[in-house]
Amino acid sequence: MIANLGYGALVITFIVSLYGIGASFYGVRQNKPAWVNSARNGMLLTFPLLTLSALSIIVLLITDHYEVEYVASVTSRSMPMYLKITALWGGQAGSLVFWSWLMSAFASAVTLRKWDRDREFLPWVIVVSLITLAFFISLNIFVENPFTRLWQLPSGQVIEEMFQPAGSALFFPRDGQGLNPLLRHPGMIIHPPMLYLGFVSFVIPFAFAIAALVTGRTDDRWIRLTRRWTLWAWMFLSLGLVLGGRWAYDVLGWGGYWGWDPVEIAAFMPWLTGTAFLHSVMIQEKRGMLKQWNMVLVILTYSLVIFGTFLTRSGVLSSVHAFAQSAIGPMFFAFIGITFIGSLSLLFHRWNDLKAKTEMTSMLSREALFLLNNLLFIGILVVCFWGVIFPLISELFTGQKVTVGPPFYERANGPLFAGLLLLMAIAPLSAWGHSTIKTLGRAIWKPAIVSVVAVVAVIVSGITNPYALIGFFLTALVITVTVYEYWRGAMARGKRHGENFFVALWTLVKRNRRRYGGYIIHLSMAMLAIGIIGIEIFQSETQGTLSQGESLALGAYTMTYDSLAVFDAPDGRNVARAVVSINKNGKPVGELYPRRDFFYDSQQPMTIPGVRSTIEDDFYILLVDWEEISTSNATFKVYHNPLVKWMWLGSWLFIFGTLVAAWPEKESDPVPARNRKRVSATVKA
Amino acid sequence: MKRFFQFTLDNSHLTIRLALLVSIVFAAFVPSLVLAQDTDPIAPTDNEVNAIAKEMYCPVCENVPLDVCGTQACAQWRALIREKLNEGWTEDEIKQYFVDQYGARVLAEPPRQGLNWLVYVVPPIAFLAGAYILFRGVQSWRQIEPDDADVEEPTQDVEKPTDDYVARLEEELRRSEQ
Amino acid sequence: MTEVEEKTVTEEETNTGPKWGRMLVWGGLLVLLTIVALGLKRTQEGPVGPGQEAPAFVLTTFDGQEIDSADLAGKVIVLNFWASWCKPCEQEAADLETAWQYYQEGGDVVFLGVDYVDTEPEAMVYMNKFNISYPNGADLGTRISQSFRIRGVPETYIIDQDGVLTHTQIGPFTSLLQITAVIDPLLGQ
Repeated sequence: MIANLGYGALVITFIVSLYGIGASFYGVRQNKPAWVNSARNGMLLTFPLLTLSALSIIVLLITDHYEVEYVASVTSRSMPMYLKITALWGGQAGSLVFWSWLMSAFASAVTLRKWDRDREFLPWVIVVSLITLAFFISLNIFVENPFTRLWQLPSGQVIEEMFQPAGSALFFPRDGQGLNPLLRHPGMIIHPPMLYLGFVSFVIPFAFAIAALVTGRTDDRWIRLTRRWTLWAWMFLSLGLVLGGRWAYDVLGWGGYWGWDPVEIAAFMPWLTGTAFLHSVMIQEKRGMLKQWNMVLVILTYSLVIFGTFLTRSGVLSSVHAFAQSAIGPMFFAFIGITFIGSLSLLFHRWNDLKAKTEMTSMLSREALFLLNNLLFIGILVVCFWGVIFPLISELFTGQKVTVGPPFYERANGPLFAGLLLLMAIAPLSAWGHSTIKTLGRAIWKPAIVSVVAVVAVIVSGITNPYALIGFFLTALVITVTVYEYWRGAMARGKRHGENFFVALWTLVKRNRRRYGGYIIHLSMAMLAIGIIGIEIFQSETQGTLSQGESLALGAYTMTYDSLAVFDAPDGRNVARAVVSINKNGKPVGELYPRRDFFYDSQQPMTIPGVRSTIEDDFYILLVDWEEISTSNATFKVYHNPLVKWMWLGSWLFIFGTLVAAWPEKESDPVPARNRKRVSATVKA
Repeated sequence: MKRFFQFTLDNSHLTIRLALLVSIVFAAFVPSLVLAQDTDPIAPTDNEVNAIAKEMYCPVCENVPLDVCGTQACAQWRALIREKLNEGWTEDEIKQYFVDQYGARVLAEPPRQGLNWLVYVVPPIAFLAGAYILFRGVQSWRQIEPDDADVEEPTQDVEKPTDDYVARLEEELRRSEQ
Repeated sequence: MTEVEEKTVTEEETNTGPKWGRMLVWGGLLVLLTIVALGLKRTQEGPVGPGQEAPAFVLTTFDGQEIDSADLAGKVIVLNFWASWCKPCEQEAADLETAWQYYQEGGDVVFLGVDYVDTEPEAMVYMNKFNISYPNGADLGTRISQSFRIRGVPETYIIDQDGVLTHTQIGPFTSLLQITAVIDPLLGQ
């Protein structure tokens, strides 16, 4: 039986994990490396085992084994193959297995590296990873077992059990309920895995941080070992967030990409601390400062990952994204308590060992600006955290629920985001160690003039909203400063080494990919900002009920309702699809097909907008309603979303920038000292 | 078949809000009341209704703004807003009516009273406290290594900016390779 | 000079700053965990269950009458949560009304309908459609539904003469018999 096989693999993984934790502890206490090695082998064994378990679920899903409760709850016969596979993460139990599998992959990969110089970290990295892994698997084994089957008792009653109760027979439902329609979207196929990748890969920096705290080896080594991990983790998390936004924009049918929903915020919070960490870690590397703070940030990031997962999966917060309420809450809570209290105790234990060596000299130095950057990120974190937690507090003290919605977050975070943009524009121009108003001013006046010109152009084009103008000025400043930095660097290098501009640019970026990749990410953030300003400030909408042939105008656009057809699609949907022709400034620019899908198996509808997307703006139509049989009338909701495409374009640039910064090659850590010289020699040549 | 699943859902640990789900489902598929009510020439437009609904939340679909929520309950709420607008109520009066009927949770933000003040007060205080701690920290760090920087500054200022920049850049690149 | 200053600064930080800071951080963590734990407990509890004392409530009916649960001591209360937009509610509406007709004369049973997150005109249409004659009222401020922690509609809570909850019906009653089977034993006592 495949179900038994998969369950068996889970149980063995759990036992192996427990063994690995014990062996590692014992080995390090008794100073017996053989035990640590054995634990390491155990760590490596979890990956094939979990692969087996995950594959078992996939096989059950694609072969329509509806006697397995999980399969019945997330798939149905009418679903296409690729959706049946992705149903692995379409429900609580399966997604937990998927999560464990990813974590095991990361932990195994990190275990496989060469540990020569860092042998003392190994046992603790194993312990932390395996404790986390064992916890997630225990959720699967004891509470959310994806392999439980349906059994019919002699009395006719159907129950869920893993193993056959006496006298019962397997119960085979004819069909399953099908995947939640909101999840049947290409964006949903990669959004959760990306987010999970981001989440689980933050375990690695955390494990190293804890290892550094336990062993007392609190120099920069753990940071050098994990910084690229952190960068990858951060990229996955960012992509998860962006893809989630895209999915919401394409599927949820509310004309937006981000609703400040508690679950979105739960995923956003570790991103904030992770981003703060990526910046402040540079201060530690360059100046040896902020060791305590970096440790705090890594621990905080991981804690927020776990905490966010808990909030989403335990049913404490209700949300469109939330999993069905589940019994995993108490176990999860205990795990969170242990993680928080354990890390905090360790941190305080080593607090004085983490004292800084060198100190701050100037309020305008790059490190001081990085500190400000951290303050702003933490500020946003506080706003988000408080907004998520407050409804819980209110319910406890007054018995009444309250909603903390978008207006709160936008008002509180808006200035902080603007501050971040400003820092993004200034900080690259300031120097490590010391900067003065004078040096900064000398560096910034040219980009500033360009930005002012850009803003004047915007004003001339008829936009006068002060918030938008501030936003455009700041983004323009970020872009010009960043480009200026590239240009300045390449020119300076070209002059000195007699290289032409492009060669100079190439070598410049190659020699410090982390910095120049980071600048590309800054550019992508500016593009994101343009898109956000566009949709947040200039979005307009209208709604109207039209007879066939009638039109609705919004801005420069006019939409005309041509026809509407209602039909059954072969994959178990009932589709109502409208044909709408679009005119812009009186010229026809094409047709759009907003539609409403109704899924018979899960009995749920889904609204798919028709979108015409250009660099300038998006024209976004929702089919709200229609007269059933005659289809002579239909109600449409229409949005005009200026500049929103910049967000998605910026996301591509973002990936590129992160790849430039994180692509494994030259940088010191994975390459042993001998090779490194050779590499830098070739670079110079 | 369907009955079977109602059974499992009701009784299993999953405890999906079945009743709600089912009603949401049925409701959303049945074209709502909006169509029927557009006949009155002086009736409020959809846009006027949506402008108010945008800032409200219905407990049936939590965290989804009322103007885009597809459930029958929300359609009824929008119809009610339309009716109240038709009777000449202002936006504030309508919101107050909904708060009285369904509680403060219908608003996008907690009303500024009682315990709810905490929502608005805590983040700025926390931010200012953070800024203060940072400021103090930087100050105490500066005391340790005074003057050092100021001494070098003027000499560098006199030099040609580009060369200064190149020197700094090269220095940084060299360090980053170490 | 610099050295001396550095020492004092370090001392200050280790002795006062972090100590206060530590207390504060631990306190904050404790408060956070408590809040989350209580929130979790609340979600895990589910609706008020049989055997527990029923929460007190005041229902303002559609015709303006105020019904206080405290005044109903000594009577069996059938508290039904419903809404006009709720399709499953319609399954049981007629049965509930029939049951009410059946028990009304005895005077020992009170039927109350709580209209959850609903709009009055549609609620009236619904009540006329099923000829509902027992007292019904809107759940003002969703207070009653929150105190019973309902998860959806329809849900029905049956409270005995001593104010103790004896039966919780999640989802609709499927027959008249099912309703009387719960109420009759209470009257026999």
